[in-house]
Amino acid sequence: MQQIPAPLWTLVIGIVVTLISLWYGQNNNLLPVQASEQAPLVDDFFNVMVTIGTALFIVVQGTIIYSLIRFRRRKGDDTDGLPIEGNLPLEAFWTAIPAIIVVGLGLYSVVVFQDMGGFAPGGHHHGGMMMAQAPQHEMVDVGSPMLAQAGEGGSRQVYGFGASPMVEGNRPDLTVNVTGMQYAWIFRYPDTAIVDGELHVPVGQDVQLLIEAQDVIHSFWVPQFRLKQDALPGQPAELRFVATKEGTYPVVCAELCGAYHGGMRTQVIVHSLEDYAAWEASRVAELPGAAETVAVNPATMTDAEYLTQIAQDIPIEATQIAQLARLSNP
Amino acid sequence: MAQADLSFNSPVAPHGHPDKWKWYHYFTFNVDHKVIGIQYLVTSFLFYLVGGFMAVMLRTELATPDSDFLSPELYNAFLTNHGTIMIFLWIVPAAIGGFGNYLIPLMIGARDMAFPKLNAIAFWLNPPAGALLLGSFYFGGAQAGWTSYPPLSEITANAAQTLWILAIVLVGTSSILGSVNFLVTIWKMRVPSMKWDQIPLFCWAMVATSILALFSTPVLAAGLILLLFDINFGTSFFKPDAGGNVVVYQHLFWFYSHPAVYLMILPIFGIMSEVIPVHARKPIFGYKAIAYSSLTICLVGLFVWVHHMFTSGTPPWMRIFFTISTLIVAVPTGIKIFSWVATLWGGKIRYTTAMLFAVGLLSMFVFGGLSGVTLGTAPFDIHVHDTYYVVGHFHYVLFGGSVFGIYSAVYHWFPKITGRMLNEPLGKIHFVLTFIGTILTFTPMHALGMQGMPRRVAMYDAQFTDLNQLVTVGAYILAVSVIPFYINVLWSWSKGQKAGDNPWNALTLEWTTASPPIIENWDVLPVVTHGPYEYGHEPEEELETVS
Ligand SMILES: [Cu+2]
Ligand SMILES: [Cu+2]
Repeated sequence: MQQIPAPLWTLVIGIVVTLISLWYGQNNNLLPVQASEQAPLVDDFFNVMVTIGTALFIVVQGTIIYSLIRFRRRKGDDTDGLPIEGNLPLEAFWTAIPAIIVVGLGLYSVVVFQDMGGFAPGGHHHGGMMMAQAPQHEMVDVGSPMLAQAGEGGSRQVYGFGASPMVEGNRPDLTVNVTGMQYAWIFRYPDTAIVDGELHVPVGQDVQLLIEAQDVIHSFWVPQFRLKQDALPGQPAELRFVATKEGTYPVVCAELCGAYHGGMRTQVIVHSLEDYAAWEASRVAELPGAAETVAVNPATMTDAEYLTQIAQDIPIEATQIAQLARLSNP
Repeated sequence: MAQADLSFNSPVAPHGHPDKWKWYHYFTFNVDHKVIGIQYLVTSFLFYLVGGFMAVMLRTELATPDSDFLSPELYNAFLTNHGTIMIFLWIVPAAIGGFGNYLIPLMIGARDMAFPKLNAIAFWLNPPAGALLLGSFYFGGAQAGWTSYPPLSEITANAAQTLWILAIVLVGTSSILGSVNFLVTIWKMRVPSMKWDQIPLFCWAMVATSILALFSTPVLAAGLILLLFDINFGTSFFKPDAGGNVVVYQHLFWFYSHPAVYLMILPIFGIMSEVIPVHARKPIFGYKAIAYSSLTICLVGLFVWVHHMFTSGTPPWMRIFFTISTLIVAVPTGIKIFSWVATLWGGKIRYTTAMLFAVGLLSMFVFGGLSGVTLGTAPFDIHVHDTYYVVGHFHYVLFGGSVFGIYSAVYHWFPKITGRMLNEPLGKIHFVLTFIGTILTFTPMHALGMQGMPRRVAMYDAQFTDLNQLVTVGAYILAVSVIPFYINVLWSWSKGQKAGDNPWNALTLEWTTASPPIIENWDVLPVVTHGPYEYGHEPEEELETVS
């Protein structure tokens, strides 16, 4: 590589590329609103990767374009280029730089992962934690023997994100049991026996979702929380978060779960504390009597029948019920 | 290489074949590696059209947020078979079966592959696999994605899913047979005068590819056979309500299918290392680094599969371990990219279509590689896993990478295979349409994924309409882009300008024989007197090697 540009040019290009990369790293606006404590951790990490990536992108693409222009064959020139077969220092350099970047990113991801609660799913709350529910709710709790088992045995692996280091060892402020089924999410509040098709949580509180699937694999994703966890039939999972911004955000199923997978959407409403208390009170007042619930044995029903049964409580669209009915009785 | 076993040197019986193959010989159980290579290439280019048709159907559905063009069941059948066909009946057979079989004996001075009959068997497993996939549409088509995760794959379209499994097991068997053949051929059948560091880099890449296929394919076959038993014979390996475990399948599947990504890109890396020096008129920069980095990718690539399962039933230590191992792959991949860029530097670059596609690939791969690094880290992958960000990433790598590489290879070796040049103006139209179409189709997908659009959906939130319509326009441009290409190939095959033995003045051995080569490749085997990429040393040298 005899033709290294003059040091001054290298310096100028280096500064410009650095500035552009730093600017784009902070101003890419590629990610949606941040609404959980994890979101800024993920975004800062992403922005660092965007900064490094932008710099590498500009340098490599710039070199390609420069070479294509500067080293194009001129008319009438049928000779070959320079017989350069390698350059050990240069090769060592471009092996070392990515290696250093990669080690740095690896360490950084461990830190972010830990701060997100990635090392503590299911941790420190064995026995009782998984099924913190009121006694009368056992009847309503269809299709989650798995969570109950996990609670009793206390030794099953729980996947997902648990308590962040800040709240490790504390009980969550609110626990919600989340069940994915073709093609809806069911949210059960064990403390109050509320059942809903939308997730309601208070802002600023430590919320724990215990996630499972009834039929096939689904995946619980709130883009604004930057959190996702597969709902697995037969294996318990957890997501624990603190919502930081009031508002309504989509809950999306991210794992192909059948023909209407794309329609498996609902929302999470992050309330202020007062609004949440009001919502909870109004829902508890509406709850059907326990006797009524016991009379139904959901185990003997198809999904469609079960959904129709609870449709008045859950905002599942009528079309989805029709689809379900069609799918389960072809 | 004194021990290059002479008994291997003439596997094709010197008698029993005509001087020249007739057209119908290409439709028979023929053991000539060049016939088999062409059989693979033609078959795969036909399936490319089938997979492409499905992609156009998918993108047409996604031009609007509601499911209003295809039934959602058919949508899922198309998305499953689009992926399956593009991987198993297009990129893998074109790059490995097609160019691997055609070029390897020619590049190392052999008269055929080590096991010609095995080679023909390996090819003839592919057409029935394609027929099974197409036939599965009679039963509704497999609808569980190319990943076919249970329980969904066990409760959806059982007959079609069974045919799908049989098809994959057939192509997997083909891949194992082919790999053994490549390894033995490169190991044992080099012309005696070829030293280890004179082996073309495409052959090194095929060594890495074959090792990877041998280790990983049996694991996929095992997973799929268990799935087949669950569906048809009442076992419950993956049935959670009967004590099965759905995550075990994912491990079996991805232990193969992450390496499958490298099966689709390592041969392409090999093609890059052949095409760029010839058209830049410069030696490849860092021969050893490129050869070793292929082997490193092969080795590390066997230990990264869980990065596809970061949101699944994956314990914390596993998420971290596989984040680190995945990030390591960036180092050897970076070495290759930098080496190719350095090969351009100081060259006399010819703007041939083969070169345009090679440089286009380089450009696309930089972006696809960088987005791949972000996906390899668990904290960010949690957000974008199973979204359009992933779809954008792997199409940058597999379309912008593998498909660009296959195109480049066709423009580069078509003169050798057919004896005629492809039309350059048509080629350039093809390149420009493909380049623009690729950027327009796959770039907005990254934004869609980050903003909240999951993958594999027939219906989506209306806020994503604009970007989806942009993607659909890009996909239509890509659909149109293949028209000048297919016209060019069909026309040039019979009417193109005559190529001569060595139209690019290249130095690897395949250019020392006639175009198209005679049936046993050479009358007298060539003698290797220089490395494969010694451009710029003595301009007249290449003439000496013609024997
Ligand atoms: Cu779902
Ligand atoms: Cu992978």
